[in-house]
Amino acid sequence: MLKWPVISRCPMTDPLLDVRDLCVDFGASATIVGVNFDLAAGEVLGLVGESGSGKTTLARAILKLLPARGSVRFMGQDLLTCSAAALRTRRRELQIVFQDPLASLNPRMTVGEGIGEPLQIFEPRLGARARRLRVGALLERVGLSGAMAERYPHEFSGGQCQRVAIARAMILRPKLLICDEIVSSLDVSIQGQIVNLLIDLQREAAMAVLFISHNLAVVRHLSQRVMVMYLGRVVEIAPCDALFATPKHPYTRVLLAAVAGISSAPRVPTPPAPPAALQPSPVTVREPSPVAVLKPSSVMVLERSPVTAPEPSRPARLLVQGCAYRDRCAFALPLCADREPPLIEVGAGHWAACHRSHETLIPLSFGS
Amino acid sequence: MTPTLNVQDLRIAFSHRAGNIEAVDGVSFQIGPAECVGIVGESGSGKTQIFMAAMGLLAGNARATGSVRFEGAELLAAHPTALNRIRGSKLTMIPQDPMTCLTPHLKIGVQLAEVMVTHRGTTWRDARSYAARMLERVHVAEPRRRLNQYPHELSGGLRQRVMIAMSVLCEPSLVIADEPTTALDVTVQAQVMELLRALRGEFGMALALISHDLAVVAGLADRILVMYAGRIVEVAAAAELFRRPRHPYTAELLKCMPTIAGPRAVRLPTLAGQPPRPGEVLQACAFAPRCSRAADRCRMERPELVGPADAQVACHFPLSHD
Repeated sequence: MLKWPVISRCPMTDPLLDVRDLCVDFGASATIVGVNFDLAAGEVLGLVGESGSGKTTLARAILKLLPARGSVRFMGQDLLTCSAAALRTRRRELQIVFQDPLASLNPRMTVGEGIGEPLQIFEPRLGARARRLRVGALLERVGLSGAMAERYPHEFSGGQCQRVAIARAMILRPKLLICDEIVSSLDVSIQGQIVNLLIDLQREAAMAVLFISHNLAVVRHLSQRVMVMYLGRVVEIAPCDALFATPKHPYTRVLLAAVAGISSAPRVPTPPAPPAALQPSPVTVREPSPVAVLKPSSVMVLERSPVTAPEPSRPARLLVQGCAYRDRCAFALPLCADREPPLIEVGAGHWAACHRSHETLIPLSFGS
Repeated sequence: MTPTLNVQDLRIAFSHRAGNIEAVDGVSFQIGPAECVGIVGESGSGKTQIFMAAMGLLAGNARATGSVRFEGAELLAAHPTALNRIRGSKLTMIPQDPMTCLTPHLKIGVQLAEVMVTHRGTTWRDARSYAARMLERVHVAEPRRRLNQYPHELSGGLRQRVMIAMSVLCEPSLVIADEPTTALDVTVQAQVMELLRALRGEFGMALALISHDLAVVAGLADRILVMYAGRIVEVAAAAELFRRPRHPYTAELLKCMPTIAGPRAVRLPTLAGQPPRPGEVLQACAFAPRCSRAADRCRMERPELVGPADAQVACHFPLSHD
């Protein structure tokens, strides 16, 4: 059975990034379990999932910041097996922006030195003056002033630091930018500014972006495709609109419902769930239980089983068979305990790893 | 009835080599018994410092003037011994970062039981079994086993549950929750908010819910205070604030909230400009430079917070919704 999504949008060219059967183990526990996906040049792929689902680990494995098995082909070269010299040249095209903007900048370097350092390393022939000009121009581009190059990171606000971190990642004009929760620590009013800046830069440079976030609303606004991870596995990957309109994996539905539950206006009653429950499938061996109705305000659905939420350190990670999500799943069947569902195509470019993904689910409604 | 927390003309200034920095600039409000008040503002707006002053936890270079009364007793001038009788029992705090607020080298059970032993004078044995029951109450699986674990063995969501359990151990009158869900996942956020709601119903405590995110306080708060640059700019009943914001800043904040419903915007709506830098002397309306409604008067004269207790606004030209 074909186990990974072949998204051949550009059949003539290879994808920019092609990750296959990627596994990362910390000691005895597997953190990333056989992840497969690809990323085309200039594409924005959103990556969501809760903490412990392996989002950051996946990012680090792609950058070869930690040991991994499988293959990570970037621009046709496997980063996991290539030589140190080859890795070094490839990394130039592969940059990351971290969550905590202040902690990721060197406090003893001026912002200008920090942004210019990659140039010093990769373009040593560039003179100090030319380097300063490039840094100044880029600072202006990310919405700061060139004069700010002389300042130190602690003199900047969180949002400004994140602009600096983005500038540092962009100075070498990478082909792929990994953004690991870059707006999570920022104020709501600043988040939009940073996201808009990223969208502009991405379009200008036709750069691919892997945008990791637990904020689904932000991911929805800027991604072309979205990938959902759960306990180290990809459980769903789909074009953005399809994922939000017709999520196929129960976990994705719970995630979406949780966001809708939190951000709904106060005391405005949520519309009652449509009476239709999950359609029983021909192969269903038992009637779906009443809990199988996912209500829009699915906070209740979540609250019902908080104790069974698998902790990253719990044996769910070491699970040898069955679906990793079945403990929390309102739709689980006996089959789910026996066999891990493969990632299968359920729509155009829409892949889900659920034994029941082909069944009709009641539509989620997020109110107005 | 005596309000649970009564803050009057509170000013907090930090002395700094560049001069005094005013973090909180004349803030007055009350929190009634069993009331849930949301305090919303950007980082640097002073929302956390108000409650740091109440808890006697201001930094060494800070000076607070005005009055903060907790159940009638003045907190600002209180001796640490007097404060210690209140802090952790009647007045508790759920901090933002559950990763760093638990002592790393003490087991969860010790940290929880200590609260009971210190404030209630119970035996360690009783305190431990009470702690276990409380952990169960906040939906921590296998509470007995958790008591023997260290903080690093727990996930973020679990640690926040432990902190919540700790905050309600002595049946407090007021719990201050400072960004209780910011460090957590959306699914866990929903659970934690639901838990706070349930505990509030059960223990009848007042709740001060501090957040930079309107969406987080939306579902729980009775009243919402919006802060900007050290001052309260709007006070309104929660539902009213969402439906009919009156201060332009509140209205802009509401527009900035990305949603998962509706059409996908190409660009996210943003609030232009930056909030004023700390220490900047503000004679006029602090929001005027970012405000689309600002007129000359806004740049000359500072608007005062006016109106009844549940519908106040500090703006010369508030939005009307007639």
